[in-house]
Amino acid sequence: MAYDKFNILTSSAVPLPIENVDTDQIIPARFLKATERKGFGDNLFRDWRYNSDNTPKEHFVLNNPIYSGKILVGGKNFGSGSSREHAAWAVYDYGFRCVVSSFFADIFRNNCLNIGVLPVQVSPEFLDKIFKAIEGNPDTELEVNLPEQTITLLETGEQESFAINEYKKGNLKNGFDDIDYLLNIKSNIEEFAQNTPL
Amino acid sequence: MSKTLFDKVWDSHVVQHIENGPDVLFIDRHLVHEVTSPVAFLGLKNRGIKVLYPERTFATADHNTPTINQHLPVKDELSANQLKALEENSKAHNIPYWGLGHEKNGIVHVIGPENGITVPGATIVCGDSHTSTHGAFGAIAFGIGTSEVEMVLSTQCIMQPKPKSMRININGELSPAVTPKDVALFIISKLTTSGATGYFVEYSGEVFRNMSMEGRMTVCNLSIEMGARGGMIAPDEKTFDYIKGREFAPKGAAWDKAMTYWETLYSDSDATFDKELTFDASEIEPMITYGTNPGMGMGIQNEIPMAEQVEGGSATYRKSLAYMEFNEGEAMIGKPIDFVFLGSCTNGRIEDFRAFASIVKGRKKADNVTAWLVPGSHKVEEAIKREGILDILNEAGFELREPGCSACLAMNDDKIPAGKYAVSTSNRNFEGRQGPGARTLLASPLVAAAAAVTGKVTDPRELLELQEA
Repeated sequence: MAYDKFNILTSSAVPLPIENVDTDQIIPARFLKATERKGFGDNLFRDWRYNSDNTPKEHFVLNNPIYSGKILVGGKNFGSGSSREHAAWAVYDYGFRCVVSSFFADIFRNNCLNIGVLPVQVSPEFLDKIFKAIEGNPDTELEVNLPEQTITLLETGEQESFAINEYKKGNLKNGFDDIDYLLNIKSNIEEFAQNTPL
Repeated sequence: MSKTLFDKVWDSHVVQHIENGPDVLFIDRHLVHEVTSPVAFLGLKNRGIKVLYPERTFATADHNTPTINQHLPVKDELSANQLKALEENSKAHNIPYWGLGHEKNGIVHVIGPENGITVPGATIVCGDSHTSTHGAFGAIAFGIGTSEVEMVLSTQCIMQPKPKSMRININGELSPAVTPKDVALFIISKLTTSGATGYFVEYSGEVFRNMSMEGRMTVCNLSIEMGARGGMIAPDEKTFDYIKGREFAPKGAAWDKAMTYWETLYSDSDATFDKELTFDASEIEPMITYGTNPGMGMGIQNEIPMAEQVEGGSATYRKSLAYMEFNEGEAMIGKPIDFVFLGSCTNGRIEDFRAFASIVKGRKKADNVTAWLVPGSHKVEEAIKREGILDILNEAGFELREPGCSACLAMNDDKIPAGKYAVSTSNRNFEGRQGPGARTLLASPLVAAAAAVTGKVTDPRELLELQEA
């Protein structure tokens, strides 16, 4: 599915300083019943965001109007658990284009990269700086520069570089997906399939 | 060059290596269920393409299904819609579909091995993180997202960088009442829920050699809970015996050809791993979790650790205990419970029901406990009846439900109510995993049975001793 190209993103950020945020929190299983990819943002962090009577939980960060932006900053081991891509869809559909953490779970990271959300892994120290900067000023801006592979706290100029493989970087910059690539080498795949033992 | 078991299987499936990028990996078997597939099928429709190898693709309904009255129409409209979508998509693409009521229906990771779809040396994927289960046969098996489901449907490949390798060795002999589930929960408690992220794990040593195939499935199933993409165990005679004769397993000349390949599937003696860990079987006790991730587990006789003893953030730790309404330093033994769930892709096989029955036999279900006993498949259900286990369960006041994922993930009707405690043989104790506000204690079928008959957290060894006396 096509997504917006990613180049340089400058935005304020929403802080979620909790560790081991699993995909059941990002989107509970009871909201996975759709047969189309739409509306998942409404249920992002559903049970942290809403009471059982659907009224907003005031203390949850997404319900606090002083925090906004296209960058979500989470604690260590973000996105663990279930492989549901719906978690990444919910993040994207809500309006985030980038998730920053000191550590990501594998499948969530892959899912993000496949749908145009950039996972940026920073050091625990830099993550702490980001949380403190947002705590000091909720409007503080971050610049995420994909071509240069850097993330910068614009107020202080503090910067860190992040890793991403060249192939995925190219995909995100151009809005390509893996299926286009695979369909282009379909004849190689068919030839390979003829020689598999199983 | 010496290779690990993982290297051998991975390398033989690489169609193309992209410099500074992922490998294009050929997938031998693709398992499909109703929840993570509809958007992928929609993608194929939008591109105007068909499934490339329907004969390598198998579909079942399990996550979003009721576990009672399966012969009646599914009441929940959205669930019914999703099931219908899978049935129609399977038909349109000539994929075998084992829907509700079909004799081969069941949880995707139970029916794969049961029908001989899961074989050594294969690459197996499914849009479900517990696909790691199939690693018990020496396959590379892992969960993928829906974009990747679409890739496999359309090209039988995915694109991923090769993960790092880890070997976990456990030698020695397990103590009585220590089950494969306890072995896995023990490992996860040592590694934490992210300790194996970025790695593919091989389990090695006497404990895994001596384990049954079903036990190995339980261990490999939980690999994802320490962050690993998957886990695998080298195939042996036990593996080959299990597979032989099953419907989709190779037969005749194809079997001989497969065996030639399968017998090469072990880590070379001088193969090196990026990380290697060793434990002794005698360290492992019956386990129980007390928190909101599977790494928060301990021996059932222990006390809940203090926040300052725990690695990582104490704020997250305290938030987790607050959700459970447990306190640091408390014992788990004797805590009253409300629900017991026996089932799931982790512990929904016949050996799990035999274990559960061994404790409840001649006892009665505690009055304060609601118990959901859910076989992993119709074949498991048949075996429960055939072996007389159903009679034992019924006499003790338990009923059997119909196959499915059930209360593992609070997607279908089987949800644990808010604030209630459930001893569950499933795989995740995340906040709300079994229902909004529900509190999950992960444990083995033996611990679940002990809780079911006493109404509280109980060491199963006490009840087994009573039986022996």
